[in-house]
Amino acid sequence: MNLEEKFGALKRKGEKALVGFVTAGYPSAEATTKIALAMLKGGVDILELGLPFSDPIADGVTIQQASERSLRAGMNPDLYFEVAAGIKKVEKVCLTYYNLVLQRGLEKFVSDCEAAGIKGVVVPDLPVEEARPLLKVCDRYDETDLIFLVAPTTTEKRLAKILEAASGFVYVVSLLGVTGARETISSSVSPLIRRIREQERVGGREVPLAVGFGISKPEQVRKVCGSGAADAETDANADGAIVGSAFIKIIEQGLARGSEGAGDEEKMLREIEEFAGSLKRETLVA
Amino acid sequence: MLSRPDEQGKFGKFGGKFAPEVLMTALEELEEAFNRFWLSEEKSFKQELGRLLRTYAGRPTPLYFAKNLSEMCGGASSANGSGTNGSGTNCGVKSGGVKIYLKREDLVHGGAHKLNNTLGQCLLAKKMGKRRVIAETGAGQHGVATAMAAAVLGLECEVFMGTEDIVRQRPNVFRMHLLGAKVSPVDSGSRTLKDAINESMRDWVTNVEDTYYLIGSVVGPHPYPLIVREFQRVIGRETKEQILRAEGRLPNLVVACVGGGSNALGTFYEFLEDKEVENKEGNEAGKEVELVGVEAAGKGLETGEHGASLCAGTEGVLHGMYSKLLQDEDGQIKQSYSFAPGLDYPGVGPELAYLVDSGRVKMRAATDEETLRAFEVLSTKEGIIPALESAHAIHYAVEEAKRRAKKAEKVEKVAKEQKQEREENLIVVCLSGRGDKDIFSVEEVLGGEGL
Ligand SMILES: Cc1ncc(COP(=O)(O)O)c(C=O)c1O
Repeated sequence: MNLEEKFGALKRKGEKALVGFVTAGYPSAEATTKIALAMLKGGVDILELGLPFSDPIADGVTIQQASERSLRAGMNPDLYFEVAAGIKKVEKVCLTYYNLVLQRGLEKFVSDCEAAGIKGVVVPDLPVEEARPLLKVCDRYDETDLIFLVAPTTTEKRLAKILEAASGFVYVVSLLGVTGARETISSSVSPLIRRIREQERVGGREVPLAVGFGISKPEQVRKVCGSGAADAETDANADGAIVGSAFIKIIEQGLARGSEGAGDEEKMLREIEEFAGSLKRETLVA
Repeated sequence: MLSRPDEQGKFGKFGGKFAPEVLMTALEELEEAFNRFWLSEEKSFKQELGRLLRTYAGRPTPLYFAKNLSEMCGGASSANGSGTNGSGTNCGVKSGGVKIYLKREDLVHGGAHKLNNTLGQCLLAKKMGKRRVIAETGAGQHGVATAMAAAVLGLECEVFMGTEDIVRQRPNVFRMHLLGAKVSPVDSGSRTLKDAINESMRDWVTNVEDTYYLIGSVVGPHPYPLIVREFQRVIGRETKEQILRAEGRLPNLVVACVGGGSNALGTFYEFLEDKEVENKEGNEAGKEVELVGVEAAGKGLETGEHGASLCAGTEGVLHGMYSKLLQDEDGQIKQSYSFAPGLDYPGVGPELAYLVDSGRVKMRAATDEETLRAFEVLSTKEGIIPALESAHAIHYAVEEAKRRAKKAEKVEKVAKEQKQEREENLIVVCLSGRGDKDIFSVEEVLGGEGL
């Protein structure tokens, strides 16, 4: 299934998508596979695997530190695609920064994605103005979409340009800021989603909307995915929620608990599964 | 002539806007404001900035004839010109030789060329209605210059600085505090300039609505490389006027150190189109003014521990721009190295990358060790303690002056026989900053032996 089909299939079941993010290779390549399986067991619908970059300007301290540790432990693009290919039976998305795509070569990067079953690529430092070369390559690969981001500061003019190029889903940045867990969900989400839907209607093309950045709790997922039946003011009625730093935090805590940095892996995996489950429950809106 | 990047903010293939979506609108607004206040015919902004540069920053800075240094290199044997402040006449070198002039950006308030840019951008920030400015700093010079401009223009100021640099450049940390700025340590990555830029971008993403990000060099996403170049062009504009007044002709060679490239581009820009023999008759016409940038070779280019993105880097995207970078095969950014924190950066401005790619600007590199010798030479021969960054340019200028003087000697013999006068070589070096900030780290390198 490609990403839009996946969102569609969930919708038919009366569900929204739970997108779970982890940094590949944190704390090791082997651990990533186990962590991903725990996330899937808990109910993650789409797995977003971060390919770490040395200078992640869109990321807060949690993912920065995970990236640094992953790179120190030897993560690289070759290994990344190997790990990704080993995680099966789930739609996967790659999140990385443009320089890594560029140095591998756009063509090779996208074909490696497709071979590893990666259905979408999110590149936070590649705005629509610079995206043409990668977009062209992705267009030739049916199974891999370039995922664009929309922010509260995105103007109508830019939004139109982005929606014209968008496929898979639109990554809606919930707030002005970097990735990282926040206590509450930003009040800008609901109006932003309405704004995008309105433009989509005008453009005559609907791409699913998934909200990310700062989401770390079940009640936040409920607000993001809620259809407005409970609270029309704050419910955003998005098609999915993206949770990242909160998963990384659980891994971090597991590592800190264990002796000699080996970590308390079993407990950590159990916590990840439970946490994913608690998030997933909030996406069953029907 | 004003060279403008294209619609996408590109100089050839270099530049662009590889920025997070949150910032794209802010970058568009910045571009609009810059067009309105600087590039249009609007006079009041330029007048206001001009007044600040004159009365606050201390411009114009002198173009100083470094007689002792020139003599040491075997040139300028009978120069009678002492320092000219742009008002001197031809220095009257009888038999030619090599003459080194220093553009004294070290005398700008704050001690470096950085204030030219920060005054311009703070003024722009104010016009845009921002109340807070943030900046990254490596050597601390840009941080100090931002703190000064923010103080004088009544803006709140926060400076991000790598913890490694905080140790290396303590005096500047104190200065920023005294100037009322908040200094925020950055403890990620290599803990130097690159990481300070990352952190500034993260802050800007978070506070974009009321905050202006004041980049300190000709780097970052469009329109920053253009904005910083425009505010630094004053260096070259003055230099050209001053050298024409002092020597009646253009220089043969202009040299500047390159970190991000702002003092170099600012100095080079006015000479890009020029031919060196303009205003002089009877010479072969059409030779361009040679423009040479000097990067940090650190422990040596072959060691991999350096900051020479143009001499030894490859193309890629960092900090919002497509440019030359120090990176590994995967595209992970490598740690740069230089004992001059202002040159300790694994990237470089896109316009400079373009000018080097096209062959108009040549690049060289100086090691820590060579730079230290130049630092000592300028201090003892001319009584000027240069910033370690600027000392890289001094090193190349001195070596080149010696080489040219030697060559000139040979030519002179021939010339005498043919009863021709030969022309001296005029070298202008941008002395981008003073070295007060560096005295402790130099003392450490010298092991307490002193100079
Ligand atoms: C005195 C001095 N010169 C040069 C530089 C390098 O910057 P740029 O290449 O932008 O002039 C710095 C940077 O901090 C500096 O402080």
